[in-house]
Amino acid sequence: MDLKTAAGIYDKKFRGNSIKNNINKEKNKINKTDGACNTKAKNRDNILIRSKSKGKKVFEKSVENIFLLCACISVISVAIIIIYIFLKGTPAILDIGFADFLFGRSWAPLQGEFGIFPMIITSILGTLGAIITGVTIGLFTAIFMAELAPPRLAKIFKFAVELLAGIPSVVYGFFGLLVIVPMIHKFLGGGGNSLLAVIIILSMMILPTLISISEVALRSVPKEYKEGSLALGASHIETIFKVLIPASKSGIMAAIVLAIGRAVGETMAVILVAGNSPVMPSSLKDPVRTLTANIAIEMGYASGLHEGALFATGVVLFVFILFLNIVLNTVIKRRVARI
Amino acid sequence: MIKKTSDKILYTLIFTVSFITLGILIWIAGYVIIKGLPHINWEFLTSEYRGDSTGIFPMIVTTIYIIVLSLAISVPIGIFSAIYLVEYSKPGKIVDAIKFSIETLAGIPSIIYGLFGYIFFVTVLGFKMSLLSGALTLSIMVLPTIISTTEEALKSVPVSYREGSLALGASKLITIAKVVLPSAIPGILASVILSMGRIVGETAAVYFTAGMAARIPKIMESGRTLSVHLYMLAHEGISFDQAFATAAVLLIIIGVLNFTANKIALGVKKLTTKS
Repeated sequence: MDLKTAAGIYDKKFRGNSIKNNINKEKNKINKTDGACNTKAKNRDNILIRSKSKGKKVFEKSVENIFLLCACISVISVAIIIIYIFLKGTPAILDIGFADFLFGRSWAPLQGEFGIFPMIITSILGTLGAIITGVTIGLFTAIFMAELAPPRLAKIFKFAVELLAGIPSVVYGFFGLLVIVPMIHKFLGGGGNSLLAVIIILSMMILPTLISISEVALRSVPKEYKEGSLALGASHIETIFKVLIPASKSGIMAAIVLAIGRAVGETMAVILVAGNSPVMPSSLKDPVRTLTANIAIEMGYASGLHEGALFATGVVLFVFILFLNIVLNTVIKRRVARI
Repeated sequence: MIKKTSDKILYTLIFTVSFITLGILIWIAGYVIIKGLPHINWEFLTSEYRGDSTGIFPMIVTTIYIIVLSLAISVPIGIFSAIYLVEYSKPGKIVDAIKFSIETLAGIPSIIYGLFGYIFFVTVLGFKMSLLSGALTLSIMVLPTIISTTEEALKSVPVSYREGSLALGASKLITIAKVVLPSAIPGILASVILSMGRIVGETAAVYFTAGMAARIPKIMESGRTLSVHLYMLAHEGISFDQAFATAAVLLIIIGVLNFTANKIALGVKKLTTKS
């Protein structure tokens, strides 16, 4: 869900009401004319027309219910997804033991050890690193596009960002495997498959999200703010950093939260560059395994408690994403309240 | 004076960093396409993946099947949902629940969709690893995209259109079917094309639900999409030449889809500014 949707939510409330009012007025009109027919004419034709319009009403109502049913499919889907992931995952968590599962340091399914702590740490570190580099690059690019670039150049950038967003994650992973990994191997030593490679690839992948939403946020700052600041003698750069960025803070926050979601959830690209050994990383050059990679790599051949443990890994991921969603909602709500 | 130098530093920083972004795109796309193009030829695109033959024809067909099947499920549901949300819904608990689930669906990582599809469609419903399981999983995944972009498209239809139609005595349903939907079609089309892009690029969710059999599948059989093919070539180190060529094909498809969606969206903008 992007900011456009978020912006649409309050836009709709406003417009939807005016449409509804109009429709209600129409309904009243129709009812009135219906009444008039009733008293004036009592012949069969009119009764026929009325029963026809009644049939029509029933038809309209049932179509509306079909629309409602379709809209409810999303609710049902979320419910089924949650139920099945938790149904498969939680027994395994209880079996392994909550603390042993979350804080166990050893993942060795053959020995019956299912500790995902190293992977949790890897997922957090990878995401954190990607967010730090991604936000720096993304925010500056968004500033450039919204404020400094001539319109034509801004358009080229916009197109580039859209393309970057469209590149499939597996292509990013492939690129990372053949370009980033050998580069790390050459300049820093080690195998190349490493936490650092994960961070670099993830920060590239979250750039489009960060840039496009921050840009919208920057552009939506009222012109008066900027004009006021410039009129007080501040330079353009000062205005950007002291007025525009603080004013669009919640939009930028929303972009960051969405980017965190994308980085945490990324799977295939990460598998290709991470090296995938499930141990605690001690340096940026160590091969690592994220939560998502853990699921994807072992799902193919797992069974029994092992399979349950993978679903439990999914549960951990899911809870985290739900938590992010709630954070995002509060961020956007605050924004709506302020406007 | 101090102010000015700090300004200058920031200016240069912003400029360099922005061009790094542009550079990243050109680097990735350029690298993949330059390395991939020489390996793409007619035979590669149209031959089977069997024995000595390393063509990607079965993967192209599978990808198209999966796109058509998922869209056939998700587009009607998505459009109807959006119609309900924009034209009918009154603020309340049901709408809040629908909105929250759409947001949640949009945030769920594809690997979770994969897990869910694997347990629900493949195992519980007994569809096995098949195109159907894959398409069902993907159709839930693209549902939020279709709903929210269609919502945007419906909202951009001027209220006066609806008023005009209602004033002429048309019922609400007829107004939606004959006035609102036709004017929103370009926006809806753009959303469909965007979803196609997502389906083409998806790997994790398809990998566990549609499987990886490299042949032309029937609906209840396992098939391998282009992205899954690229993943397997790269992960198992089978052939980087083939991988490059497949990646280039993927990028070209995505580029064309993006370009088309953009063109349609531009058309929408022109239409709305005119009216």
